[in-house]
Amino acid sequence: MTDVTSNTSWTAVCQTSDILPFSGVCALVNDTQIAIFRTKDDQLWAINNFDPFSDANVLSRGIVGDLEGKLVVASPIFKQHFDLETGQCLEDDSVQLQTFSVRNNDGQVELAL
Amino acid sequence: MNKKQRVVVIGNGMVGHKFLEVMAEGNTNNEFELITFCEESRVAYDRVHLSEFFSGKSAEDLSLVPEGFYETHNITAYIGDKAESIDRANKQVTSASGKVVSYDKLILAMGSFPFVPPVPGHERDNCLVYRTIDDLEAITAAAKNATVGAVVGGGLLGLEAAKALKDLGLKTHVVEFSPRLMAVQVDESGGALLKRKIEALGVSVHTGKNTQSITDGDQHKHVMSFADGEKLETDIILFSAGIRPRDELARECELELGERGGIKINNACQTSDEDIYAIGEVALWDNKIFGLVSPGYQMASVAAEQVLATQDAKEFTGADMSTKLKLMGVDVASIGDAHAKTPGAKAYSLIDESNDIYKKIVVSEDGKQLLGSVLIGNADEYGNLLQFMLNSMELPEHPEDLILPQREGSASVGLGVDALPQSAVICSCNNVTKGDLCAAIEGGAVEISELKACTKAATSCGGCAALTKQVLDNELEKQGIEVKKDICEHIPYSRQEIYHLVRVGKIKTFAEFLSTHGKGFGCDICKPTVASVLASCWNGYILEDELATLQDTNDYFMANMQKNGTYSVVPRVPGGEITPDKLIAIGSVAKEFDLYTKITGGQRIDLFGAQSHQLPEIWKKLIDAGFETGHAYGKSVRTVKSCVGSTWCRYGVDDSVGLSIEIENRYKGLRSPHKLKFAVSGCTRECAEAQSKDVGIIATENGWNLYVCGNGGMKPRHTDLLASDLDKETLIKYIDRFLMFYVRTSDRLQRTSVWMDNLEGGLEYLKQVVCEDSLGLAKELESEMQSVIGTYQCEWKTTIEDPEKMKRFSHFVNTDVSDNNVVYVKEREQIRPARKEERIEIAPA
Repeated sequence: MTDVTSNTSWTAVCQTSDILPFSGVCALVNDTQIAIFRTKDDQLWAINNFDPFSDANVLSRGIVGDLEGKLVVASPIFKQHFDLETGQCLEDDSVQLQTFSVRNNDGQVELAL
Repeated sequence: MNKKQRVVVIGNGMVGHKFLEVMAEGNTNNEFELITFCEESRVAYDRVHLSEFFSGKSAEDLSLVPEGFYETHNITAYIGDKAESIDRANKQVTSASGKVVSYDKLILAMGSFPFVPPVPGHERDNCLVYRTIDDLEAITAAAKNATVGAVVGGGLLGLEAAKALKDLGLKTHVVEFSPRLMAVQVDESGGALLKRKIEALGVSVHTGKNTQSITDGDQHKHVMSFADGEKLETDIILFSAGIRPRDELARECELELGERGGIKINNACQTSDEDIYAIGEVALWDNKIFGLVSPGYQMASVAAEQVLATQDAKEFTGADMSTKLKLMGVDVASIGDAHAKTPGAKAYSLIDESNDIYKKIVVSEDGKQLLGSVLIGNADEYGNLLQFMLNSMELPEHPEDLILPQREGSASVGLGVDALPQSAVICSCNNVTKGDLCAAIEGGAVEISELKACTKAATSCGGCAALTKQVLDNELEKQGIEVKKDICEHIPYSRQEIYHLVRVGKIKTFAEFLSTHGKGFGCDICKPTVASVLASCWNGYILEDELATLQDTNDYFMANMQKNGTYSVVPRVPGGEITPDKLIAIGSVAKEFDLYTKITGGQRIDLFGAQSHQLPEIWKKLIDAGFETGHAYGKSVRTVKSCVGSTWCRYGVDDSVGLSIEIENRYKGLRSPHKLKFAVSGCTRECAEAQSKDVGIIATENGWNLYVCGNGGMKPRHTDLLASDLDKETLIKYIDRFLMFYVRTSDRLQRTSVWMDNLEGGLEYLKQVVCEDSLGLAKELESEMQSVIGTYQCEWKTTIEDPEKMKRFSHFVNTDVSDNNVVYVKEREQIRPARKEERIEIAPA
């Protein structure tokens, strides 16, 4: 998530304080819907907002927590879990969501696509 | 091909029906044709629970015959047609209506009739017996013009009959010939305590009374005169002085009978004619009549296996007559040699006058075997003691420890269920052994409700429920299937324990709970569970920062997420009553936002297709029009459905709409382990379908009947009657207690119906807790409910008044545009989500 070269362009989308700890928001960047989650110590994570099991843009609204040591979000529709770090679905090996680079820049949430 | 064998059963009582059941199960090759004659106008019903007819069960509720049973198994049932004679030479039965039916095998299951002592005057009006539903209807009719009732006979059935009279509101007397109640099963000290307890319930008990005549009374219809010169005035007399076999058909066709009646049978249940069998209370085995249902069932199985020529067909070799029952709320149990008649037998007894408990065990001379027992007031040890006796298990060194109260800290001396042999019969009604239970548990029945459903254990008299549960827990533990109640990897507790920890520890946030009782960050199981418990206990605003992130999306957005990620909106319409103006207001909101509208099953209106960012605007308009949130999104009180009630309906008995509005407004906002649905019907026609709800209320001539724990849906369950003829104040009190007791003790996402099926002690226990306050919790439960009611707020109103909270509803955090993946098409003049192929056509990605 952090192997970002120095010439990457970052897009600010909101304040870190706009996201409650252990919850998510959705940002629209270059026509892509990105779910951004805030966890412990203001850590940020970003995955595609599109839930492939329901074909709906809903993952930012899932409950955030941990399972077997991995930080996950649960789809609010059919409850599959996705690893916030890798986008991997815990219930279905064949499903992995796109992840994005995200950082907390002095209280600003910034995405790099 | 061989001709089918025709089997004719005379008598369609519990035992006759059991025979048909076993036959139907074994008749897989359709080799047998089954015919039954039934004298009564109803097919077989549950006589053991007959008294429940007076506490609200209908004849249909008591029926033992599932709908379509006779049709499915090709059984011909001649209902209301009594078999009148048997022609053994031609193997034919002739019925009252003149039918002549020939048989290959004949089963006699005519049962017994109540013995009415030949006291002068016994044939007077309103001198009745207590045996059939028709009898009960006659008693109900007689009670309408009566104030006093007397039961002649203080045995088991007599006390049941006394309860019925008491339930009908009569001043009730029990008149017993012998010096004590239940003389057969109970000894003198036990009988004395039983008498005291029953008198405390308002029933007068007269023992040692020999009724000599019944004549016209002064104040009441009859006066009973006793041999000792005393008199008793009463309006109704019920005779319950024992039973006699109905052996007249057998007598006429000259089957061998006992000296005092009863059709003699051998171990195969065959009579003196090898093609005729007799089972149940009409049969005499080893010169004994067995007047309980469980031996009758055993005979039915034996006879059926004989007829089916099952390999290793069972034989009837006598039956244990131990019983456990609840008489007017008093536990009474008798096991084996209760009177210590065995030579050399020794007894231990415990008399606890402060708690009104009497317990006695009878042991063999060497002190190693249990021979019998009497338990009054508390029969918790019944299951254990019975197993000791039935399996001839060696008693502990100090057998008296088996009935002495347990002190805290001392080890239990009870029989561990582990010690029982696999052959031990746990449920004698349905002949379920420990081995049967273990096999079912191994097959995956890990909940008590599943175990009951697949083995039938504890489904008849219920006396073995506690023991069945012990076997289940013990087996699960042994198989290493941890009886794991942890709700998830973060919290090693059941929901019930979580509730307790939150209450007692006054915990207000998830973080606080996790830091003291859990680990990790939580997940989509424990977060909503704890959020729900916090709401049940403290009823805080669910979108407070600390609580908001625990909520499922439905609670977070206070709307119901649909398949395409949009939401539906349901304003509250208490009792389903709505003004034209409010209807118009809902209509204009739906029109303005182009929402799909549909009437729900709970008598309100659902508006579909709203995107998250539209929700605050929609709600602002609804609230301006006078609506409140309907909590359709929450695991919480949903609706109180009602019929139109006495205000408009020709048949209405009371104002069901008024009550349902009041109740909906009282309980709205209560969050619970699962959703709660209510209904109120204004009369017994039951147009609101209250008997399929978590809480159902039905108006009666005398108040309100309260029904609980019903469900429609996937696994329908009829409600149970919790209490009858309540005034409104008591009704509300009982609902308060019931709901908070459910909230306190249920598992997560467990509807009241499943909760009830798993509740140890079942309906009786619930009645004690709610109506009799047996746990001393009533005040606490009521005040907990009062606190929820007192802190109610319309969550949507609070939300639209807070600009910070409103921001959370926009779909994107960085722009105001809406989700372009949400696409609708029109169908029947309204929107619906576009299907995948339609979406590609309309809006190429």
